[in-house]
Amino acid sequence: MLQIKNLNKSYPIGDTSLHVLKGINLSVENGEMVAIMGSSGSGKSTLLNIIGMLDEADSGEYILDNLPIKNLTEKKAAVYRNKFLGFIFQSFNLINYKNALENVALPLYYQGMKRKERQELAMFHLEKVGLANWAHHLPKELSGGQKQRVAIARALAANPKLLLADEPTGALDTTTSHEIMAFIQQLNDEGKTILMVTHEEDIANMCKRIVRLRDGIIIEDKKVNQVRAEQYV
Amino acid sequence: MFDLDLWREIFQSINKNRTRSLLSGFTVAFAILLFTILFGIANGLQNTFKEEFVDTAANSIFIMSGKTSKANEGYQAGRQIQFKNEDYKYIKEEYGDKIEFISSRVYKNVNAAYKTEKNSYSLIAVYPDYQFVEKNEIKEGRYINQNDLDNKSKVIVIGRLVEKDLFIQESAIGKYLNLDGIQYKVVGVFSDEGGDNEESIIYIPITTAQHIYGNNDYIDQINLTYSPDLNYDQALGFSNLLTRKLKSRFSVANDDQRGIRVFNMAEATKTVDQMTGGLTVIILVIGFGTLIAGIVGISNIMIFIVKERTKEIGIRKALGATPKSIISIILIESILITAIAGYVGLLIGVGVLELVGPSLEVYFIKNPGVSNSLVIGATLTLILAGALAGYLPAKKASQIKPIVALRND
Repeated sequence: MLQIKNLNKSYPIGDTSLHVLKGINLSVENGEMVAIMGSSGSGKSTLLNIIGMLDEADSGEYILDNLPIKNLTEKKAAVYRNKFLGFIFQSFNLINYKNALENVALPLYYQGMKRKERQELAMFHLEKVGLANWAHHLPKELSGGQKQRVAIARALAANPKLLLADEPTGALDTTTSHEIMAFIQQLNDEGKTILMVTHEEDIANMCKRIVRLRDGIIIEDKKVNQVRAEQYV
Repeated sequence: MFDLDLWREIFQSINKNRTRSLLSGFTVAFAILLFTILFGIANGLQNTFKEEFVDTAANSIFIMSGKTSKANEGYQAGRQIQFKNEDYKYIKEEYGDKIEFISSRVYKNVNAAYKTEKNSYSLIAVYPDYQFVEKNEIKEGRYINQNDLDNKSKVIVIGRLVEKDLFIQESAIGKYLNLDGIQYKVVGVFSDEGGDNEESIIYIPITTAQHIYGNNDYIDQINLTYSPDLNYDQALGFSNLLTRKLKSRFSVANDDQRGIRVFNMAEATKTVDQMTGGLTVIILVIGFGTLIAGIVGISNIMIFIVKERTKEIGIRKALGATPKSIISIILIESILITAIAGYVGLLIGVGVLELVGPSLEVYFIKNPGVSNSLVIGATLTLILAGALAGYLPAKKASQIKPIVALRND
């Protein structure tokens, strides 16, 4: 599904530059659920951004679903993001003047799907996250957990190959976090490949594999026994 | 390319961010409002200037006689100079190559009566050429012709208001009008842009008038238009030549300002042209200054809007929005707001002009207003301005990096 070889990335800071990723090697198979862990500054978010084509590596190889990701034009990156990737953010990143249904339908709009079709599909995904009754509410009328579920529905709408989550539970309380994790686990059970950045140990243990970063290097990569989130809900 | 979904996105964005849209619209509407009102008022001023001269051909020369103010060649001061048909003939024959149209005139005040309606009017006796000197439009029937002159026919051509006042609802053509006891047949009705006075005149063939009123060959005034081939200096030279020749013909002193008076419209026209020209330049400068200020204003607001929407644009990009789709959404929104707001400003401006226009006549502003072509031109300028104002911010927005936009701070 995903192969990364000797990935390097540095950011210029004044005259010097900050080497954030120092030769990352990582490969993820279909159906995996991987937690990327590390303290702040370890490079975990940069890695996720590069995987998400929101940022580009300086050197190294990145192959997503047998497609080398390199020197993409803005337009091509947009198309790939739309087709292959679904994003879940810590701060949800819903568009505040669009209701839940319209937010979920947005990636489908960029796919060029017809209005009626995409609304039906968006409704289907909202039902899946249990928010069909909230379809016409604006984000400000929803709770944090509901917002994240709308965001998940949106990430799923375009049927991506890979789901990228950046601290998906970072802004939620423990109970809601567990609800969201239970849902993400359920998606993984259904076969979605999931990559998640987190710094919470218990959330990471709900994944099937933990990759630890420190100072731009992978220091540990191990499979773990998944802790099911349902038991806490 | 008409993309309904794109328009839906744009209308939603405008509608859900009303304050923002109103704010940016207000700048443009206000600029256009000012522009329209300024332009309208300036047009009104121009109208006032032009109106004084519009009813007469711009290349007219009037030759009038009066009492001499100086003794000359044995004649005493205070002698009345009287033009006769022979003087008209003299000018016409001597300077035919420089003259376009020429007519002498005789004035008289008459009481006109038709059935029970009565009123007094100026009666002016003329040659057929006079129609073109005075720029009369024939509304119905015909003007005085050579046949009328030859036969000394008792026919008249009446102004639009004469017909309106005396004949009320009827058509005057073919009817007989009683002028101081003599019946004249109405053969034509004319209109004139010069206003009510110019449309309350009755024209009669000059031979008829000379025969009936006095049985002499006196004339009061000679009006002519010089050939359009003459330039301003040549026209001035021609009227000076006429003045000299006529003064010597009637033994009037060269420095006598009263015996013979020649008025050349070219002088007046030139002054007015220069004034209106200067005015137009000032208006254009002020008007475009206002427009540019408006464009800069909306450009600033668009930059602010793009800043405000940075996060939204980042989200859209993460979800698969191409740079092109970001540019079109911002650009079209900008154009739409500019066009609509500008149009509203234009409508209000035109409305204000319509409303207060009549009360401004005291201040030499007549019929302030803007022409259709200006309205269309301004609308197009606005759409262009909207595109211009929106393009740079839109381009900037399209280059926003999603990771920068999506940072959690």
